[in-house]
Amino acid sequence: MEKPLTELKLGKEATIVAVRGGRGMQARLRNMGLVEGQVIRKLSALAWRGPVVVVAKRTQIAIGHGMASRILVRCKDGEDSGNAQKP
Amino acid sequence: MLKNLERRSRKSLLSDILLVGQPNVGKSVLFSHLTGVRTIASNYPGTTVSYAMGKMRSGGVNFTVVDAPGTYSLEPLDQASRVAVDLIDDAQRIINVVDSTHLERHLPLTLELIAQKKSLLIALNMSDEARHKGIGIDAEKLSAELGVPVVPIVAPSGEGVKKLIDTCLSLPPAGQKITNESGHPGHHPHIQHRPSDMRKSASTEHIHLDRDRIWRRVGDLVEKVQTLKVHHHTFADRLEDISIHPLWGSVFALIVITFSFSLIRLIGEFLISGGIGIAGQPWVELPFGTELLFEKALQPQLMQLSRVLAPGSFLHRLLIGTLVDGQIDFMQSFGILTSGIFIPLGVVLPYLISFYFVLSLLEDSGYLPRLAVFLDSFMHRIGLHGYAIIPTLLGLGCNVPGIMATRILEGKRQRFITATLISISVPCAALQAMIIGLVGSRGLGPVLQVYGTLFVVWLLISLVLRFTAKGFRPELLVEIPPYRLPTGRALVAKMWMRISSFVREALPIIVGAILAVNILYQLDVFAYLARFAEPVVTRLWGMPPESVVPLLVGILRKDVALGMFAPLQLTAKQLVIGSVVLSMFFPCIATFVVLFRELGIKDGLKSLGLMLIAVFLTGSTLNLIL
Repeated sequence: MEKPLTELKLGKEATIVAVRGGRGMQARLRNMGLVEGQVIRKLSALAWRGPVVVVAKRTQIAIGHGMASRILVRCKDGEDSGNAQKP
Repeated sequence: MLKNLERRSRKSLLSDILLVGQPNVGKSVLFSHLTGVRTIASNYPGTTVSYAMGKMRSGGVNFTVVDAPGTYSLEPLDQASRVAVDLIDDAQRIINVVDSTHLERHLPLTLELIAQKKSLLIALNMSDEARHKGIGIDAEKLSAELGVPVVPIVAPSGEGVKKLIDTCLSLPPAGQKITNESGHPGHHPHIQHRPSDMRKSASTEHIHLDRDRIWRRVGDLVEKVQTLKVHHHTFADRLEDISIHPLWGSVFALIVITFSFSLIRLIGEFLISGGIGIAGQPWVELPFGTELLFEKALQPQLMQLSRVLAPGSFLHRLLIGTLVDGQIDFMQSFGILTSGIFIPLGVVLPYLISFYFVLSLLEDSGYLPRLAVFLDSFMHRIGLHGYAIIPTLLGLGCNVPGIMATRILEGKRQRFITATLISISVPCAALQAMIIGLVGSRGLGPVLQVYGTLFVVWLLISLVLRFTAKGFRPELLVEIPPYRLPTGRALVAKMWMRISSFVREALPIIVGAILAVNILYQLDVFAYLARFAEPVVTRLWGMPPESVVPLLVGILRKDVALGMFAPLQLTAKQLVIGSVVLSMFFPCIATFVVLFRELGIKDGLKSLGLMLIAVFLTGSTLNLIL
């Protein structure tokens, strides 16, 4: 199931499938290695639309909420698919 | 203005050796090791925002070494990395500094550099940390794959650096362009294995390779040269988990902030008065501190000098100042040898030492990016993002490096807002030391009023700018470095740099300002100025007309300017208004220059206009409500 990174559950692994953003945003994410196909694990998400923290290539990266909501991820082997229906 | 800076860098910065790498890989540490030039190195991405240049001697020849700001790619996205990309064009040889513990993140830049056909070698830094974490990298294999030399090093201890330099100097300088692949000097026989896609567009100046391909190629490379052992959870890992946890992380952040400010106060007060305590009466008082030193060692001598010079004479006024109840008062007398020395060395220096000690701890541990993460949603509401807290914190030490550090922020708008906020509402450590010393003598309440007002001003201006400043609003995106234990040597070196620059640069200005003010007093210039400023200073702000003098001196140095309120017998309310107005009114000359250089004339003027409006409104409001 595909969903925005902001809706991925904490601690879950997922693969980035698309980045819905302009060239600048794409470039910044690419610099961090956040490209399509990259596997990430969500470590933390802060309250009040705070940043999402993920681990990718053994490095922690904090992503602003707006940007995280435009990164689409696919969960591994559907274990998380039930939650995708929830808002 | 910034264009000028860049042009200058292009003309004069033909470096023999340029250190290039992604942010936070330890370029500055290696640079200091090579050249002996001290630089500020920390544990967060974006410590170096400009280049540093130094000389290295090897085999009787001098080489120019340049330390570039970190950049993720040759396609710069912020001001700091733009500087780096410009430097690369003019470099003879490049040392690409790479973090061994995260090879796969750093190789993309390496591949871009290789594609530019630069005379290049790779320094695998932090190879000790990699070993420790069970990460093995086959340097020879990597070198063979990439076709450039690879040398493992540990920059802080200097391990491998000698070999790095020897290898680097054996490379042909960029002037002797390699025309074809096989023409490369014989010791890299595997150069022809370079994949063709890396070569394709090397003729253009800045080539944009297919990024996805780069990441794939990096994946292959890492697979070949790197071995990972199972990594056990360490204490540092656990601390890392806690400090970004949605709930525990906030608690942790609160503890860190409270602890940091308390520690600054504790050390600062101890160095001044020998008292140990955070607010009000200290718990313990020891016979120690600058106050004691000045009273015991200097006071008797100066009193003798005072008798010789005779109070009231011109020279007495200049050197000793005025006596308070027949005695020298180091805060109020205002002669060059009394307040002129006591303010910078007796009051400001102790707080600078303590502030920079705590800031260095925060910087080197790697906590600052985590703090940025926690403040992000709050900062978003005022139109910034979390990383803007780092320039702001630096600004609490000195506005100049704070404003320089806004280069790590993306977008003109965000840089403008952050720099403006720093110059208006962030008091530097020197000024804060005086606020605590002078306003604090009237109790904790007035000090809190000063800080509270400045914070409200900071909030209000950011809100105004949020809705008026044009430009895009970038989001936080930052790599969080691992925690590292700050080493004593690095701490001391960094503090020494920052504090010695205060003594060298600020001390002469303070002494000069007091000299100038005393002479102008004699010439009655100030009486005229006071009459001129009276409508604003007295009617709007409720301050005595003479307080226009400290406000003007504030353009030179804010700490000494605040000190000049001391002899004016102000009420607590006037002292609060005076401190706030002085903090906000006209940045000191050094900040002024940097503000205009970083923002350009147009935005610099906007920033100043905003400052003037804000200071009039704030001063008048305080006069009405306090």
